[in-house]
Amino acid sequence: MPGFILRRTAIALAILLLVALLLFAMMHMIPGDPTVVALGPRSTPEMREAFRAMMGLDRPVLDQLGLLLVRLAQGDLGLDVWSRRPVLTMVLEVLPYTVALALASFVWALALGLVLGCVAVVHHGKWGDWLIGAVSVSFVAVPSFVVALYSLLIFAVWLNWLPAIGAGEPGDIGAQLRALILPSFAVGLGWVGYISRLVRAAMIEAMSEDYVRTLRAYGVGEGRIIYRYALKQALLAILSVIAIGFGSLLTGSIFAEIVFTRPGLGKMTYDAVISRNFPLVMGTVLVTSALYVTCMILADVVSAWLDPRVRSAI
Amino acid sequence: MKPPSLEPPSAEPPLPAPVLDMRHVSVSYGAHVPAVLGVDLTIRPREIVGIIGESGSGKSTLAHSVLGLLPKTARMSGTRFNLAGTDILKADRTALAALRGPAAAMIFQNPMTAFSPIHTLGRQLTDLLWRDRDPSGAQKRARIVAALAEVGIPDPVGRLDAFPFQLSGGMLQRVAIAAALLMQPALLIADEPTTALDVTMEAQILHLMRSLRERAGVSILIISHHLGVIAEICDRVAVMYAGRIVEEGTVEAIFRAPRHPYTQALFACEPALVPTGMRRLPVIAGEVPRPGASLCDFASRCAVKAARCVEQAPPWTRSGEFPGHHVRCHGSALSGSPPSGRTP
Ligand SMILES: Nc1ncnc2c1ncn2[C@@H]1O[C@H](COP(=O)(O)OP(=O)(O)O)[C@@H](O)[C@H]1O
Ligand SMILES: [Mg+2]
Repeated sequence: MPGFILRRTAIALAILLLVALLLFAMMHMIPGDPTVVALGPRSTPEMREAFRAMMGLDRPVLDQLGLLLVRLAQGDLGLDVWSRRPVLTMVLEVLPYTVALALASFVWALALGLVLGCVAVVHHGKWGDWLIGAVSVSFVAVPSFVVALYSLLIFAVWLNWLPAIGAGEPGDIGAQLRALILPSFAVGLGWVGYISRLVRAAMIEAMSEDYVRTLRAYGVGEGRIIYRYALKQALLAILSVIAIGFGSLLTGSIFAEIVFTRPGLGKMTYDAVISRNFPLVMGTVLVTSALYVTCMILADVVSAWLDPRVRSAI
Repeated sequence: MKPPSLEPPSAEPPLPAPVLDMRHVSVSYGAHVPAVLGVDLTIRPREIVGIIGESGSGKSTLAHSVLGLLPKTARMSGTRFNLAGTDILKADRTALAALRGPAAAMIFQNPMTAFSPIHTLGRQLTDLLWRDRDPSGAQKRARIVAALAEVGIPDPVGRLDAFPFQLSGGMLQRVAIAAALLMQPALLIADEPTTALDVTMEAQILHLMRSLRERAGVSILIISHHLGVIAEICDRVAVMYAGRIVEEGTVEAIFRAPRHPYTQALFACEPALVPTGMRRLPVIAGEVPRPGASLCDFASRCAVKAARCVEQAPPWTRSGEFPGHHVRCHGSALSGSPPSGRTP
């Protein structure tokens, strides 16, 4: 097992290196003078020259790359162009908001998606299955920003039940949780539909296995077959897809962050790209990628732990 | 008080009530495709009955129909279908579930997929014993261990925590037999139980099944397309072709004096019986047709067919000198010369 985790970690680091190289290349290939974008068209040549020197843009490209990699290896993500604060600090400040939103969205979406998927399998081919299918597909089809806007309108503006903006005062857990409800609803709804379809397909596949026929041949109840046997196999089958989904939620909640004016990684990345704040782009994207690959490693570990065949092979 | 019998007293004692009694049972998938057509089959206590036939002839469908394991698309009909005294055609879901295990237990062709790969064997065997209201899991455990030991599994206690992939196919088939035995079934159905195993394993499993009949007194319905398997353990054999039983008799009758051209063709194709020196294995030409395609379904592939084979349905007739030997063929009903005898 330790060797297995070590190998995955090595692959993860290689992926992060690749991401850094791609970002570096992208920054140098984007047309336009970054200093003009950063300082505005009215900046004087002297100001631009000073900016260039500050960002190290006056050095040869390979030097810049080498410097970047050395810094990254030391865990130094550089300084923000505007505030001159460490990028790592800024990212770590908003990270809890993003992780909280992703977790909240995913937990309820996973729970409801599992239940709907199982109910659909129990009613396979009957109207219940059909209804859940239709609802799930429409959940997936509605864009999350539409859900965000409408839920904001209805629950925050008209009914005034929940806060419309912000993430709640620091330290006030109740307010922070209340501020999570609408955004996580908007972000998670599509995932409910997606997961319920995924679970249904994986369960139907599991229910056609030979061992299910064995259990049935002994009169074992359908309930026990579904919940003790098929569900475990189905979860194992969709685990990696779920991990990818969770990873994409870490950046994919940008609409919810904008609509509900929440701090978060998605919004920070977006702002950084718009303002050509390259160190911040590099920092947010690398941290997101790191979270992503961590999810994948965790999924691998969990499935190895759940699947005795994999467990014994590693 | 019993009403006085009108029949003359018979010399032989009455036969015990059959474990399985099928009369004119048909099964079709979807609307029009029959897979089993008008099958009569009776299995008495402690009897071992074999079904042989090419793949696609409806053997598995027949076996699954006994336990109600057919897919929802399947339609089943018949004039009688009793399993251990219960009418399967009238049984509802609960009644069927009650039969599964105690009335008839089944072992399947591929032991490697018959168990969940991600649950321990102990967990799965315990779940198969869901009926037992044993006060303690320890009691169930003890029974499972005893059953595993009985079918010759070394270290039965250790196997409880093992996963299927940690055992060989032969060992897993033993576990499957142990599971069936735990049910103390009246009938054991084995659908190609040795097809996925190598020859040594096959012999051991067959020996095991035979000894179980002696010890546990179960009846066995065994399906195989391997004639050697059938010859080794059966009392009676039914030959299935295109959903129908085309010949039935004692092992001796079928193996010494096969009457149906299809049965004879099966013997001609059996690797173990093919004379040495023959370069290629013979096969029966053509494919199994849809049942009911012509009056005799074998006519299109039959080497000795006559005009009436496609004009008249062949009758089910007594045949030869062996008691209980029946065949569904125009030719063999009339032809006086029995085909060359064979020994199993
Ligand atoms: N689930 C099913 N749906 C439709 N047709 C089936 C199904 N299972 C078997 N059949 C058909 O029924 C016929 C008999 O199959 P089967 O009982 O499996 O034969 P055997 O066990 O002798 O090989 C075949 O023609 C097969 O294609
Ligand atoms: Mg079969």
